[in-house]
Amino acid sequence: MAYRSYILVCGGTGCESSHADKIYQNLKNEIEANQLFAQVQVIKTGCFGFCEQGPIVKILPENTFYVQVKPEDAKELVEEHIVKGRPVQRLIYNPNEDKNRTSLVTEEKDIQFYQKQFRVVLRNCGMIDPEVIEEYIARDGYAALEKVIFDMKPDDVIEELKKSGLRGRGGAGFPTWMKWNFTKNATNSETKYVVCNADEGDPGAYMDRSTLEGDPHSILEAMTIAGFTVGAQKGFIYIRAEYPLAINRLKIAIKQAKEMGLLGENILGSDFSFDIEIRLGAGAFVCGEETALLASIEGKRGMPIPRPPFPATHGLWKKPTVINNVETYANIPMVILKGGDWFSSIGTESSKGTKVFALTGKIKNSGLIEVPMGITLREIIYDIGGGIPGGRKFKAAQSGGPSGGVITEEFLDTPIDYENLAKLGSIMGSGGLIVMDEDDCMLDIAKFYLDFTVDESCGKCAPCRIGGKQLYGILDGISKGNGEIEDIQKLKDISLAMQRASLCGLGQTAPNPVASTLRYFEKEYMEHIVDKKCSAGVCKDLLQFVIHKDKCVGCTVCARKCPVNAISGERKQPHEIDQSACIKCGACYDACKFQAITRG
Amino acid sequence: MFEKEVAGVELSAELNQFISEWKEKPGNLIMILHRVQEEYGYIPREVALELSRMLDVPLAKIYGVITFYHFFKLTKPGKNIIQVCMGTACYLKGGGDLISELERLLGLPVNGTTDDGEFSLEAVRCIGCCGLAPVMTVNGEVFGKITTEQLPGVISKFKGN
Ligand SMILES: Cc1cc2nc3c(=O)[nH]c(=O)nc-3n(C[C@H](O)[C@H](O)[C@H](O)COP(=O)(O)O)c2cc1C
Ligand code: SF4
Ligand code: FES
Repeated sequence: MAYRSYILVCGGTGCESSHADKIYQNLKNEIEANQLFAQVQVIKTGCFGFCEQGPIVKILPENTFYVQVKPEDAKELVEEHIVKGRPVQRLIYNPNEDKNRTSLVTEEKDIQFYQKQFRVVLRNCGMIDPEVIEEYIARDGYAALEKVIFDMKPDDVIEELKKSGLRGRGGAGFPTWMKWNFTKNATNSETKYVVCNADEGDPGAYMDRSTLEGDPHSILEAMTIAGFTVGAQKGFIYIRAEYPLAINRLKIAIKQAKEMGLLGENILGSDFSFDIEIRLGAGAFVCGEETALLASIEGKRGMPIPRPPFPATHGLWKKPTVINNVETYANIPMVILKGGDWFSSIGTESSKGTKVFALTGKIKNSGLIEVPMGITLREIIYDIGGGIPGGRKFKAAQSGGPSGGVITEEFLDTPIDYENLAKLGSIMGSGGLIVMDEDDCMLDIAKFYLDFTVDESCGKCAPCRIGGKQLYGILDGISKGNGEIEDIQKLKDISLAMQRASLCGLGQTAPNPVASTLRYFEKEYMEHIVDKKCSAGVCKDLLQFVIHKDKCVGCTVCARKCPVNAISGERKQPHEIDQSACIKCGACYDACKFQAITRG
Repeated sequence: MFEKEVAGVELSAELNQFISEWKEKPGNLIMILHRVQEEYGYIPREVALELSRMLDVPLAKIYGVITFYHFFKLTKPGKNIIQVCMGTACYLKGGGDLISELERLLGLPVNGTTDDGEFSLEAVRCIGCCGLAPVMTVNGEVFGKITTEQLPGVISKFKGN
């Protein structure tokens, strides 16, 4: 080590928004003030994954893991930990949140959140400064590219990918080697393209964002390997405009790689040339679909077109095009360096390697996790995620976003892979994993996703355009107390028609959240329809808040909390809610200390 | 007849420079629209007309693209742009309540702008900070794990700036 100590500060979007940048600056200033700059290096890294406890600061070589750090803590961290060698106890992770802080966990490897994780894709996130190419190279970066260019033929690369069993991480799980092979063998054009799908449309998921922010060079390296393999000289990264930090880091990475001769003309002195350009998305979910994405790169409205022909032979400007997801690419350098056999030793029979999930919703440890395929949902939710907060009961987990479905309690022990999730009526999807508890209404979730897909439908084909609106309309009616028994069958019929007849994946999968919640929670639908009740307390039109005279002590807390002054009553006298004015926000219900208010 | 509509807009030197760099590249329109919106905050009609002339693309095509993509705006937003995340994680943790409360506090509907042009309110999809749900941003600054009680404070921080 060139330095005595390294201070790693998380520079992922989550931590940045909690002033990680200020922490970084303050730490640098403190190091400066203590004249330690020759001995201690402060590095801003990508996401550590443990977003719930952010901002995170890690100090090497001791591996001390500090959580919830504030900018004003910089002085103490430097003066105590760095200068005096005394860890700052109050910033060390306290998993049980006990007041005496008796069960502190100092090192990352002992933190339960990390124990069942296995990092391939996120291997460099939180380890290196993504804005410094040398740090990527120091961790074997671009070694796979060198190996491919000088020691391998395109067919060897395909063979290695085939052995690895790597399947696309963008949702559909198509074998990557096959796609590359189609494009490599395409003879309809000399010009070919490599495209990276970084559109990450699933609302509530940020795997690709974190990978790009934390390790942009891994994507550039993999795309260049793809270019060499299929015979392309140009690559495009199509990324959401909503991801400014990732865009900026990609720009820096491209510039650095070009300066080092790792991208551009005659890469590493060979006769292979490859260039990468960034193209911005503009907030259309359907552009995550590959044919729509390619139309968007061409500068057009992002409307899907029927396949076949597939992009592998007729893609961007009708040229053969490899299109893969960010996470798929991030795996490639490791497959090349460690070998396909190594990769296929991880995971299940049909699904190899790892999967990155954005674990969010009603879960104690929200964050970005990477786990081997075949892990169970129970391990993810309870061992890694720490369970459901507030003593609430687990109800379901949703994977695959607007195209996916729910997994319920009884299937918590099913090993997660592409096939098993499909059998349960969900999909692997790109990695959004949203945990829901007893306070979440399944009908409302279905309605939420439908609202999303109706809004995002490009309108090109009728089943999606009209079917989606109809489904939404029925769900909305049920949630407002206007449902009829026949609605259940109607929902099923329309879903089937959309799944069968829509042109692209958006319309084909849009009914999935409805079909899946109906499959497991038909009772809850019936409750809304027959009893006109929402026991989760979400569908506002079916709710009524009532103050019970025998329990109300007239403390006036509820009346003061009510944002619309719907509660009246004398001090020390039972209060009353004016139902016509009530907006059903539940503020009174939450505020009452005497359980005098019921929700029904 | 149409000539009258080609109002004389002066594009900044940087914008002109950007357009000429991209002019010959296939599929340039969306990138140029991004650059225009970065400068104006939306896509003014005169600029769209000017682009149509400079790039030799029909105005209808330009509007076809602008209206297809949610990101592009046709009207001028307020000085301070409040975006509330309505991605799944934030929705489950009360993103909807944040919106209703902001609508009440600012007296405007989602996608509206206050009469004094001070604030715009938008509902957006996941901004990738789901671990901090519910999340909102003001002029790009992220506020995570935010509660309705904190909203007046956030608004006053930006008011008059
Ligand atoms: C409506 C829709 C949205 C999609 N969104 C994404 C996305 O955000 N990111 C992504 O990588 N793939 C997305 N896909 C999948 C792509 O069409 C395509 O399968 C993927 O980019 C292929 O890469 P892979 O083989 O590496 O998974 C989407 C598909 C559909 C139908
Ligand atoms: S299924 Fe929906 S999004 Fe896909 S092409 Fe048809 S209308 Fe467009
Ligand atoms: S769902 Fe709100 S930031 Fe992701």
